[in-house]
Amino acid sequence: MSVVTPSRGPDVAGSAPSAASTVQHGLARFAAASAMLAGPTWLAELRACAADGLATAALPTEAEEQWRYSRIDELDLDAFAPVLEPARSPLSTEAQRFLDAVGARSALVRSAGGYAVEVVLAEGASALGVRVDTAQDLATKPEELGVHLGRRADALTALATALCPDVVVVRVPAGVELEEPVVIVHEVGRGPGGGAAFPRALVVLGAGARASVVELVVSGDEPCLVVPLLEVDLGDGAQLEHTSVQQLGRRAWHLGYQASNVGRDAVMHSFLAALGGEYARQLTSSVLAGIGGASELLAVYLGDGTQVQDMRTFQEHEAPRTRSELVFKGAVADTARSVYTGLIHMHPGAKRADASQTNRNLVLSEGAHADSVPNLDIEENDVRCSHASAVGPIDADQLFYLATRGVPREVAERLILLGFFDDLLDRAPVPGVAAYLRAAVARRLSDGVLAAGRTTVASPGSPA
Amino acid sequence: MTTTASLPHPSVGRSSTLTIAGLRAAVGGVEILHGIDLELHSGEVHAIMGPNGAGKSTLSHVLMGRAGYEVLGGSVRLDGVELLDLDTYERAQAGLFLAPQDPVEIPGVSIADVLGAALAAAGCEADAEPAALGAKLAAEAAAIGLAPAFLGRALNVDASGGEKKRIETLQLAVLAPRFAVLDELDSGLDVDALRAVARRVERATAAGEPGAAGLGVLAITHYRRLLDELHPDVVHVLVKGRIVASGGPGLADDLERTGYAGYAEPEVEARPIGPDPFGGLFS
Repeated sequence: MSVVTPSRGPDVAGSAPSAASTVQHGLARFAAASAMLAGPTWLAELRACAADGLATAALPTEAEEQWRYSRIDELDLDAFAPVLEPARSPLSTEAQRFLDAVGARSALVRSAGGYAVEVVLAEGASALGVRVDTAQDLATKPEELGVHLGRRADALTALATALCPDVVVVRVPAGVELEEPVVIVHEVGRGPGGGAAFPRALVVLGAGARASVVELVVSGDEPCLVVPLLEVDLGDGAQLEHTSVQQLGRRAWHLGYQASNVGRDAVMHSFLAALGGEYARQLTSSVLAGIGGASELLAVYLGDGTQVQDMRTFQEHEAPRTRSELVFKGAVADTARSVYTGLIHMHPGAKRADASQTNRNLVLSEGAHADSVPNLDIEENDVRCSHASAVGPIDADQLFYLATRGVPREVAERLILLGFFDDLLDRAPVPGVAAYLRAAVARRLSDGVLAAGRTTVASPGSPA
Repeated sequence: MTTTASLPHPSVGRSSTLTIAGLRAAVGGVEILHGIDLELHSGEVHAIMGPNGAGKSTLSHVLMGRAGYEVLGGSVRLDGVELLDLDTYERAQAGLFLAPQDPVEIPGVSIADVLGAALAAAGCEADAEPAALGAKLAAEAAAIGLAPAFLGRALNVDASGGEKKRIETLQLAVLAPRFAVLDELDSGLDVDALRAVARRVERATAAGEPGAAGLGVLAITHYRRLLDELHPDVVHVLVKGRIVASGGPGLADDLERTGYAGYAEPEVEARPIGPDPFGGLFS
């Protein structure tokens, strides 16, 4: 695997030894690297167009509402270099564990550093007309690509597009119901340190199609930057179950964006689990564009050490009788932090739309912190909206109750924390993923989070 | 009948003694218990009755070591082991059980999760093993008329008052403690549930296995109806933080007629006349 040397690294002289003043920084440096990527013409054009914009663009700042409480101001692009070539390496232990848990599948895509290095499509799925393509399989740009990113697109979206190495396109024809999930494993950060990866996927379901897509993004311990883009386009009456598991290493920066466009009477199920990363941001936007469309947006996130889990959501109701239900639950320990900000936006004309938004956070240590900021923007009278938000420690009454049964405190805390996530894990679209996550969370708990004496509980209520 | 999964108390089979002596406790800086003396042996059922505010629930919480309840003096010994020095979970492991008045809901945590963790923590790995525990739970649930669906559900979530008390009784049956404090076990129970729960507790008080000591029960209650089912050996009257009278089951009948008015005066001298003639003085 070859990477562009980080501009401030020890090999900074690298390809331009004599002109330190011409060494480019930040977005401009990445814009320049864009031209070095291989791929079909349509992709090169897409990248070049985005790279043009990058030259004059600026990264967002924490001052912007979208980025409040974030760590965007700390992002040093010069610490990372784009991965310029695909590399094959054996599947990591974590990825293998995940695949074993998921079980039967219709397709497997392995992506390394954002490049699809292996695509296996089951014959049965292929016979139904299901397509899983990479950029080089496609003669022209998929018409849906980039169409639904616009609403929340920013310099990072442009960056991801300018450096987009490949695109995984999953296409399920109208009326086709795919039983087993399409699994995409994104391995990033492997090889030389400081790699920046921009994995991209597009899922298109034709009218009345049904499918399940499962994504894992995973890295080792090396520093890396991952900016994944996922676009989902659901035709009328289509139903997608999308599962995303983020298991990055503790030196990874993750700036993810998932945009779904939900057609008439279509249903988007989104299940997100964010366990890893140093700073892991995930923006989830679901646009309910067709009458009667629905989205279910679920997430669990866990932070310990110095991790920051940063969740931003948008429920965009543009059409009548659209429904959305969002439940995000997180827990933070040690000095970890989490952010949840979410907006329910009822556009004019979204008559009889119904939206709910729930965010609950357990704060397990004195030094941990969770922000929870629900927002509503209602431009239509005839709608129903509800939101609930909670941040608090483990309930002292629950701990006492378990203690009266003879359960020691650390064990009780683990039970309560796993129980806190349990209702969401039960709703994970793929049962194997739920089992994987239960085990992963339990492992995290026994490895560090909630070590005895590090947690805090609510002061006991006034005794009766 | 399945075998009883019991905690590995050092003296399984032997009769045990719970001795409360001179127990004084405060809540929020206000002394609520002014010196409780009580001795309870394996297989005995003692009832503590008293009006609202007498300190009944405070006593149950202090015995179990709940945060916010400050012990000002006295001791609580189980076979000589000072429970007041132990954490709550250690008191439970030592053989003390509390069925609280309002069992708390724990989302996402099942009865099997809790009992499995409790048995494993107590070193009873064989009993904690899912198949063994599942069989035990199913048998006990049937015995007390608890729908099997509750076994897989989150603890006490969406359970009625009566179901919660059956769930408490189920846990009592599986954990098989030496002594159980039942705090208003009858609240929220209909007649059938009360009977089912009381029968199971009564069965536990009888020596089950040959040589096994029966459960000792301290039943805290406001009303007599639980006692009609539980048949206490001794009834204590708790008023304003003191045991003002102790006697046989007939005392409960007297209270039913006269109420607590006759005991309202806090200066009334406590005269324990329980099975221990010394009122715990020499234990």
